[in-house]
Amino acid sequence: MFIRWSAAVAAAILLSGPALQGAIAADKPTDPQIAHIAYTAGVIDINAAKQAQKKATSKGVKAFAEDMLRDHEAVNKQALALVKKLNVTPEDNDTSKALSKQASDKLAELDRLSGAAFDKAYVANEVAYHKAVNSALETQLIPSASNAELKSLLQTGLKIFQGHEQHAEHVAAELK
Amino acid sequence: MPGCLAPIALAVIALSISVPARAATIEITMESLVISPAEVSAKVGDTISWVNKDVFAHTATAKNGDFDVTLPPKKSATSVLKKAGMVEYYCRYHPNMKATLKIEP
Repeated sequence: MFIRWSAAVAAAILLSGPALQGAIAADKPTDPQIAHIAYTAGVIDINAAKQAQKKATSKGVKAFAEDMLRDHEAVNKQALALVKKLNVTPEDNDTSKALSKQASDKLAELDRLSGAAFDKAYVANEVAYHKAVNSALETQLIPSASNAELKSLLQTGLKIFQGHEQHAEHVAAELK
Repeated sequence: MPGCLAPIALAVIALSISVPARAATIEITMESLVISPAEVSAKVGDTISWVNKDVFAHTATAKNGDFDVTLPPKKSATSVLKKAGMVEYYCRYHPNMKATLKIEP
């Protein structure tokens, strides 16, 4: 039973990367779709951080969750200001839907954990999630964006999220 | 009248002598997750003016523990350099932001 469950967790983590890219690869996303995907990716990490703020026990993990909440809210605030300025309506799409579905499954899965097990699983997922989002930004979203300001915001986002990936790796190493 | 200026001139000279090496203020900026300049030479006693132009919070954290400055979004802070050495520092929130301070005695 334990082995099967672990395998499912591993599969879910591994899937988050290819699923993200697979869904985008089908078609080059438009700017309104890119804006929606980027915003959704931010909301997902905000929700994960809110869950961690309630459930995390380690001080380092709690502080990390607070950092994620602050940064992703700041990025999304900028994203909203930009779409308003450009008069673009973010458009829902299959990638956003797939991301949201995976994220709500992940939230439910993490919700069943507690204590040190939750802390570890949350941080491990943060590493994997930021990796997947960064790879999507680098290979798909940034090259596909046609508006220069959107491209520039995505590039800043990439630097922020690469920072988060390293930060999450540090926190994960401290938990070991 | 010109005689009145002499004491002032003397006072100015005396003041400048009493401050032997003028400490400099060096500005280091964080913008779009980039620290610039990435490498700065300074002297003990100099002041670093940290300027965060981002909407994100950053820190300037020395790897050797010499300083740890927190910079809220769009805020500045200063710190005076107390120890010589080659100090590598980074942002704790975004460890991909890295830079170096060369502090001479």
